[in-house]
Amino acid sequence: MPVPASTFLLLSAVLFTLGAIGFMVRRNPLVVFMCIELMLNAVNLAFAAMSRYLNSLDGVVFAFLVITVAAAEVVVGIAIIVQVYRAGRQMDVDELDLMKE
Amino acid sequence: MEILAPLVLLAPIAGFVVNALFGRLLPRRVAGWVGAGSIGLAFVFALLVFSQVLGGQKVDQTYFTWWQSGDFNVPFNLYVDALSTLMVLVITGVGFLIHVYSIGYMRDDPGYSRFFAYMNLFVFSMLLLVLSGNLVWLIIGWAMVGLSSYLLIGFWFERRSAVLAARKAFVMNTIGDIGMVFAAFLIFLNLRVLDFQDLFNRVHQLPKGGAVITAICLLLLVGAVAKSAQLPLHTWLPDAMEGPTPVSALIHAATMVTAGVYLVARMHLLYDWAPTAAATVAVIGGVTAFFAATIGTSQVDIKRILAYSTMSQIGYMFLAVGIGAYTAGMFHFMTHAFFKALLFLAAGNVIHAFHDDQDIRHMGNVRAGLPITFWTFLIGTLSISGFPLFAGFFSKDEIIRAALNATGGEFWLGVLALLTAGLTAYYMFRLFFTAFGWEWLAHDDRHLHEALPVQTIPIVILAGGAVVAGYIPVASFLTPVFGRAVEVGTAAFIGLAALSVLVALVGFAVAYLLHARRPELAVAWRTRLGPIHALVEHKYYIDELYDRLFVRPGLALARFLNDVVEPRVIDGAVNAVAAAVMVEAQDVRGIQTGRVRSYALVTLGGAVGVLVIVAWYLGYLPWKFGA
Repeated sequence: MPVPASTFLLLSAVLFTLGAIGFMVRRNPLVVFMCIELMLNAVNLAFAAMSRYLNSLDGVVFAFLVITVAAAEVVVGIAIIVQVYRAGRQMDVDELDLMKE
Repeated sequence: MEILAPLVLLAPIAGFVVNALFGRLLPRRVAGWVGAGSIGLAFVFALLVFSQVLGGQKVDQTYFTWWQSGDFNVPFNLYVDALSTLMVLVITGVGFLIHVYSIGYMRDDPGYSRFFAYMNLFVFSMLLLVLSGNLVWLIIGWAMVGLSSYLLIGFWFERRSAVLAARKAFVMNTIGDIGMVFAAFLIFLNLRVLDFQDLFNRVHQLPKGGAVITAICLLLLVGAVAKSAQLPLHTWLPDAMEGPTPVSALIHAATMVTAGVYLVARMHLLYDWAPTAAATVAVIGGVTAFFAATIGTSQVDIKRILAYSTMSQIGYMFLAVGIGAYTAGMFHFMTHAFFKALLFLAAGNVIHAFHDDQDIRHMGNVRAGLPITFWTFLIGTLSISGFPLFAGFFSKDEIIRAALNATGGEFWLGVLALLTAGLTAYYMFRLFFTAFGWEWLAHDDRHLHEALPVQTIPIVILAGGAVVAGYIPVASFLTPVFGRAVEVGTAAFIGLAALSVLVALVGFAVAYLLHARRPELAVAWRTRLGPIHALVEHKYYIDELYDRLFVRPGLALARFLNDVVEPRVIDGAVNAVAAAVMVEAQDVRGIQTGRVRSYALVTLGGAVGVLVIVAWYLGYLPWKFGA
């Protein structure tokens, strides 16, 4: 018996919500980062599931695109985090508010 | 021929490039001879061109297409006929002599190579102006002579008066340039041509004396008037005497200021087709000739007297080309180039000898110290005054005769020209007796020294020209361009010659009486003529009039714009926008906390909001859209 698509979508929604909540409540940049990855992969899961369900490759292509973007984003993001850490700032996203001005 | 004409142009520009780029590295002697030699070379090429034009050749050769857009096509073509050849010969020949003179005259100047670079640039521009075969390159040459004139008037740029004079000349000339450009627009608009040959072929398609052709000719006249310092755009020329004396001789006497005459002569088919415009040329010329001569009688600066005399003589040329006596006008152009260049260069020697004092009342006893300068200046004076057998006699008489032969208003212009001849003799001999007189007026023991041979030899050659140029058969040389000039009977010739000589003698006699024999009479007459003398001495207050009419209102407007419009209106508008944005921004700047998490919350809230709206719209929510 195949697993219905709604199960995957439900799992995707749960993962996404976890990621979104984690993004907003955690202050450690690394954890925030992991939450972003979680949200992206929740979306990937939804894409893959719907691709299978609709018998179309479009969704899978999108998933690959998201993976590529996520990889690039990780490179930039980690670099920023390392630089901020080296500059002697605290590892707390609430303290990084220089853009306010 | 096809090769020679561009070579005439290339020689001066080569001299310019060498002196402009490497002039400071070259020894002075080399820089000077490069400058003079390039013009000499151009003169040799010009002579070769001349020999072929004498053989009846006329060439309109296109060398390349400068640019093309649709049916609008600007070629670079040179138009070599008798008229342009005459101009080229005078420009390079007299120009060469003046360059040689400058080697001596400018020998102590720190800007030696710069001077020769500018002079070569001028000669190139002037040759481009007269050789160009279409309106575009004519206007380019026209503007470039204005530029080099500006550079040379302001050559001593550390002197404020020189800078002001240069600016004035440039502004006045720009007025003329605008006239030229609009004339070219009108020509292209109505005839779709820019090329001279096509223009001459098609000008008859326009109605004779119609508004279009008259407007074209009058706009061209604006350019000619500005360049040739005729009324009412004449005020820059006397001030232009701030430049070095060789500049005054070459640009502001012999060549550039006659460009207006050349323009009218070159466009003579157009002016024949627009009688009103031609009459305007004649009136401007005749009136300027008289007007400038009267001012010349009252000035005391030797170069300014010569400048007014130049205006007056060019007035003669304008009168000639205005009444259709084109050969007479060009003939006078040629003789004038000789004697006026001679007068200026000789005046330069005198000014140097008197340690740069230009006031004729401080000069005297020139004959003992500067015999060559003295005698050559006397020849120039006799020539310009129209004494028989000198060059000026023939050319000036030809103009007066042509005017007197006509009927109506032109006849009275001829009478005016005759009167001007008397005034010319008077002011030139006044200058001569006062500055070169027998007495030592300054009463000190300065020793006068004759100039170097490199200066005196060109002057002597020019003096030769001022004597014999009148015998050159210019009229028959120019016949292919203007057609045969009207033949005059011997009786009329002698009768008029006698009359004009008589007038000149009267001028001479008055000058002799007032300024050599009994100077106290001159003082008495000056007081007797009080207001008239003041009017003339102040150049009819035209500078003051222009100052009131244009300069001061212009300055007042500029000041108003600067003090009121700029800070209040323009800055005010910009500042008001900025201030309004600032005020509004105060209300919303609190949103920008710089905290990533709060931004994320807002983003999420927005996403949820969009989702809810979409769901509501699609009817997935209990309460229905539009219900």
